Amino acid sequence: MEHESLAGRIFRGVALTLILVFFMFPIAWILLMSFQTNEQILRIPPRLLFEPTLANYEALISGQLHTAAGNLEITFMRNLWNSLVLSSGAVALALLLGVPAAYAFARFKFRLGETIAFTLLSFRFAPPLLVLLPLSLYYQELGLNDTYFGIVWVYQLIALPLILWIVRGYFEDISPDIEHAYRLAGHSWREAFTRIAVPLAGPGIAAAGLLSFIFCWNNFVFALILASADKQPVTVGALAFVTASGIQYGQIAAAIVLSVTPTLLLALYAQRYLVEGLSLGAVKG
Amino acid sequence: MAGLEIKSVTKVFGAVRTADSLSLVVEPGEIVAVFGPSGGGKTVLLRMIAGMFEPDEGDILVGGRSIVGALPERRGIGMAFQNFALFPHMTARDNIASGLRAKGRADAASRVQAISRLLKIEHVLGHMPRELSNGQKQRTALARALIGNPDVLLLDDPLRNVDAKLRYEMRLELPSLLRRGTAAVLYVTQDYREAMAIADRIAVLVGGRLEQIASPDEIYLSPASVAVARLFGDPSINLAETTPLVEHGTLFAAISGARMPLGMADTLPADRPYWLGVRPEDLGISFSAGEDAMPARVLAITPMHEKAVLLLRFEDGKEWLAALRPDALNVVADDAVFVRFAQEAVQLFDRETGLRVSLSHRRQAA
Repeated sequence: MEHESLAGRIFRGVALTLILVFFMFPIAWILLMSFQTNEQILRIPPRLLFEPTLANYEALISGQLHTAAGNLEITFMRNLWNSLVLSSGAVALALLLGVPAAYAFARFKFRLGETIAFTLLSFRFAPPLLVLLPLSLYYQELGLNDTYFGIVWVYQLIALPLILWIVRGYFEDISPDIEHAYRLAGHSWREAFTRIAVPLAGPGIAAAGLLSFIFCWNNFVFALILASADKQPVTVGALAFVTASGIQYGQIAAAIVLSVTPTLLLALYAQRYLVEGLSLGAVKG
Repeated sequence: MAGLEIKSVTKVFGAVRTADSLSLVVEPGEIVAVFGPSGGGKTVLLRMIAGMFEPDEGDILVGGRSIVGALPERRGIGMAFQNFALFPHMTARDNIASGLRAKGRADAASRVQAISRLLKIEHVLGHMPRELSNGQKQRTALARALIGNPDVLLLDDPLRNVDAKLRYEMRLELPSLLRRGTAAVLYVTQDYREAMAIADRIAVLVGGRLEQIASPDEIYLSPASVAVARLFGDPSINLAETTPLVEHGTLFAAISGARMPLGMADTLPADRPYWLGVRPEDLGISFSAGEDAMPARVLAITPMHEKAVLLLRFEDGKEWLAALRPDALNVVADDAVFVRFAQEAVQLFDRETGLRVSLSHRRQAA
């Protein structure tokens, strides 16, 4: 540890606090909003002290939205469930396809290998709107419109390149000699892949899986066009809060809190493995 | 039947012949060191035997059976890697046992115990590779290679990454460890001392070609070519260009102001250019001039405890090294001295081919 002057430590503390406040403020504000009614939120000036209410959460969970214009059915919990199914399904499929593909790209040199890998990556920087119209036409013909599988499939455009490129780097960092040693000990290449390469790239696979889960979770346009109400994720479902009688800020805030929670929990859980992966420094001999 | 037989194996990478028609036989229980400068093709040879590359031409046989094209796991080969290549997510015990587990052996635990006792790593069997010292890692890797009693054992410079003290220890231990089974051992090294200490025979691999395959003594005393002579010995052999002259039926080499007798004139054509080589330890230093002595100046003396290395400059500007016992040393830097060497110490190599030319006195001695 290098020595730091008192002034330096204070300055660092202040700077960290400022950055933290800057980034955390919107989240904290939304958390506060989710416990307030629309009237409390729209009060000017806004107050930090208020009577907390669980009405927003009740409305979301029961599916009954009370507005000035009367009761409104909302399918928020259904949307949350859809998000969960779609994102986990997409990540599971992308891992199943992407991890072996990443291994192939890392270990074997083949004709057009780099071209194929780069083409897959280029899906990430093509604007989704460009492909949406033809895609929705194809989907209608194929009967994939408004199916879970159809959306999981289109989410591969998001998840697959991410997993492929992140995991490939991790596989490349593993000395091929480690796998050679395992094979010479009498194991097939399949065993070398599942028992050596995959466990050693584990942290990378976890990180890539987590990232692509977040990207899938946050996706809006694909599901907006390709899914109808009962298959739509939270990102699209949140539109329902813009009602004829106004915008339901309280419910939106509560919906945000609820929809952030699964990703946050997953990130906290996966963090353990990510850190473990970083300390697994023995890969290089 | 030979343990390992390599038959005119050739491997070409791009325009480089990394292995150029290599042939080598290793008997069961024999240790052959593959020695040569880096980039000479040693590792590629090992990797072709292990099945990571296939040779372009030629054949590799283990126990009389060709293994070219066979899967690595079916070749019956144990290998220790230069970078250890331990499985970082398994304990030392699981690393060592991995070879046995594949064959589903019931006595795995006792065999791991036995081999780790032999290699003195019993106390760290429960540790992960990252918790092991380099020496322990290296012993674990050796145990993993040895445990399955393979027909062929490949060691890729296993002492490269361990410290000097441990390297000495292992040089003493390794020969008996490796001879325990009936494996044909191929031991790759870049250190000629290690090759001489461990191996029954040394195969000198330079630029993808096997220059010489012989016992350590033979390689040191009669290297097949000037390239081999240069690789063995520290300090390395002194060389001088010379075109020998014949006088009264005797061959002389005129080098650096002296006429050195080489032997009988009928033994080799005199009008050709040769390399004359003399090992530093075969040089004698004195203050008495003579026709057979090369006048020189001592430029520097490096004491190395068991010997002193003298840097000598002759009148023609050529520089040679002499290695002397310190107690025989009675010169100081900048002294003018005379350098002699015995006829028997001379090695002659053809300048064009680099190949060794035998001299008459050797034939008489033999």
